[in-house]
Amino acid sequence: MTVAIDAQGLNKSFGGRRVVKDFSIRVDEGRITGFLGPNGSGKTTTLRMLCGLLTPDSGTGTALGFDIISESWEIKRRTGYMTQKFSLYEDLTVEENLQFSARIRSLDRIGERVADALEQLGLAERRKQLAGTLSGGWKQRLALAVATLHEPQLLLLDEPTAGVDPQARRTFWDEIHTLAARGLTVLVSTHYMDEAERCHDIAYIAYGELLARGTAEEVIAGAKLATWRGEGPGVDRLAGELLRDPAVEMAAPFGLALHVSGGDADRLERALAPYQRSPFRWARTEPTLEDVFIHLMSRVPDNFQ
Amino acid sequence: MSAEPRQPNQAFSLERTGAVLIKEFIQLTRDRITYALILAVPVIQMLLFGYAINTDPRHLPTAILVQENSVFARSVVSGIANSSYFDINHQVRNAAELDELVRTGQVQFAITIPGDFTRRVVRGDRAQILVEADATDPTATGSALAALAQLPREALRRDLTGAVAPPADPEQPFEIVVHRRYNPENITAYNIVPGLLGIVLTLTLVMMTAIGVTREQERGTMESLLATPVQPLEVMIGKLAPFVIVGMIQTALILIIGRVLFGVPMAGGWPGLILGTTLFIIGSLGLGFLISTLTRTQLQAMQLSVFYLLPSILLSGFMFPFRGMPDWAQWLGTLIPVTHFLRIVRGALLKGQGFADMGPSLLALAVFVCAVAALALARYRTTLD
Ligand SMILES: Nc1ncnc2c1ncn2[C@@H]1O[C@H](COP(=O)(O)OP(=O)(O)OP(=O)(O)O)[C@@H](O)[C@H]1O
Ligand SMILES: [Mg+2]
Repeated sequence: MTVAIDAQGLNKSFGGRRVVKDFSIRVDEGRITGFLGPNGSGKTTTLRMLCGLLTPDSGTGTALGFDIISESWEIKRRTGYMTQKFSLYEDLTVEENLQFSARIRSLDRIGERVADALEQLGLAERRKQLAGTLSGGWKQRLALAVATLHEPQLLLLDEPTAGVDPQARRTFWDEIHTLAARGLTVLVSTHYMDEAERCHDIAYIAYGELLARGTAEEVIAGAKLATWRGEGPGVDRLAGELLRDPAVEMAAPFGLALHVSGGDADRLERALAPYQRSPFRWARTEPTLEDVFIHLMSRVPDNFQ
Repeated sequence: MSAEPRQPNQAFSLERTGAVLIKEFIQLTRDRITYALILAVPVIQMLLFGYAINTDPRHLPTAILVQENSVFARSVVSGIANSSYFDINHQVRNAAELDELVRTGQVQFAITIPGDFTRRVVRGDRAQILVEADATDPTATGSALAALAQLPREALRRDLTGAVAPPADPEQPFEIVVHRRYNPENITAYNIVPGLLGIVLTLTLVMMTAIGVTREQERGTMESLLATPVQPLEVMIGKLAPFVIVGMIQTALILIIGRVLFGVPMAGGWPGLILGTTLFIIGSLGLGFLISTLTRTQLQAMQLSVFYLLPSILLSGFMFPFRGMPDWAQWLGTLIPVTHFLRIVRGALLKGQGFADMGPSLLALAVFVCAVAALALARYRTTLD
């Protein structure tokens, strides 16, 4: 299997603060990789370095076999990048934005491609509307259409579904999977757990460091996390009390239930012993991705200034 | 595997340039206010300045100091008063008062008829009257002073044919000594139109492009643009080309208004004028682009443009006569492109100069274009760092 992205030891600082630290990642061709991590952890910065929009302070890497520093032009030609912040021209219409993107990438059959994209987007009747007047979700969908118009080999998506309704998100993910089946490689940052689970694999980054990598199952297994699920009236109010015990790393209400996790299963069980009484019912359960992420985050020293 | 896109040219692509150009053009037409300003600025400025330059202003406030009580003096005063150029609204008693009136700008002219006027006229001994003109706005004084030249011949005609012996030179019984204050070099009214052309082009073109690029940075569209294979030169040409047309339209508007409403002479020199204007427009656009690479926000771009605009107005010879400025200011002025553009436009319209006469100024503008283009391209970042 060919490697689409291969980066080693990327570093990037802004004003003396290192926001990406010795970041290395390999992404195989045709894979959809979810890029997760708390706000300000360096996801956007990393994506920008991969497509040549930022120069790393140190480190090397290739994307689609081209050097990310010296051959960024070749990467840009073959890559679709969707920015986190809407970055199409608000004073151009939907159609004009697509046309501009097609022209600037020297595409053939521009009229046909643009018409197809509009049809697929469901914006055909609104193609004369100014992009700036679209609703938030529609802007995102237009941005995705623009990013994929030139049939890229690599798609870098920065929170593409923020603010998009569930049905459109489903359509979007179906589309991504169809494209990936044809060989497209996707690196997509997201804060949604259900989307993380829809990815082939996951990269979890916190404060600039890659903390976990692999499929969702691998990431969960790798965290070696013991999780108990408590039920019963008032159980969700025990969180604060439980967290006073150092063995409890995480106690978070899930609806009416409480998820309690810790790295050491025995100590966690002892911590829970006083609460093994009516009306509470406790059961050992598989940690969810979210449990694991919160666990990972709590382990790194909080160096966010 | 997705289809490999057609192999585009990495170095320079007309297609990509065209893409940027079309986009800019659409954005320009969509921004109605800017569109309107492009046309309104030259027209309004021309009308404002044009009527301000009113080439034949009359009824200018005048103060007069008569130091002798004589028939001749009264004749001269009435001769002046009869000319529609002067309104004598101050009769003063001493030179200090006179000076005060000129200094404070209450009068445009201060006329002194000295105490020995009659005696000298009669003796034919170089009789003089002194006229001090506030030439701050030389266009205001020009015609009035020209009219004054007739005075010696006319004013005393009747008095001198009487009993008194004729003076040595009956055509010129006395002379008028003119002191132009504040602005010894007398710019003609027509200087304003070429000057205005330079200033309007600078104002709109430098600012619009400076803002145009920083706007992309501010709105975040730069990130998308930089993620495409577009090259710096393509962005630059695509962004600037629509404004070349804007500059041409403005030039045509100003020249037509200048000709039709203000009768500015057009002595010729068209080839030089066209070449000079084209260079100046491109250079100004390039400068705007350069400014945008030095600034992060539209406000900063604005400020830097104004920073450039002020010396262009003050040191180029538009506001103050170039030769009237101190050496250091002339030296600075020579570095300003508008200075050379003004020389070209004035040379062409007023003197009908050919290429050869304009050589140095055209060369200066060519250097300007190359310098800003090279600097802008060197400064343009293809990354967000
Ligand atoms: N151009 C910049 N100048 C200075 N600091 C920057 C710049 N870009 C990013 N940063 C800082 O780098 C850190 C990482 O930012 P980044 O945008 O990569 O985070 P992120 O993981 O994408 O966050 P989010 O989930 O909120 O989008 C942040 O602390 C941010 O303040
Ligand atoms: Mg981000």
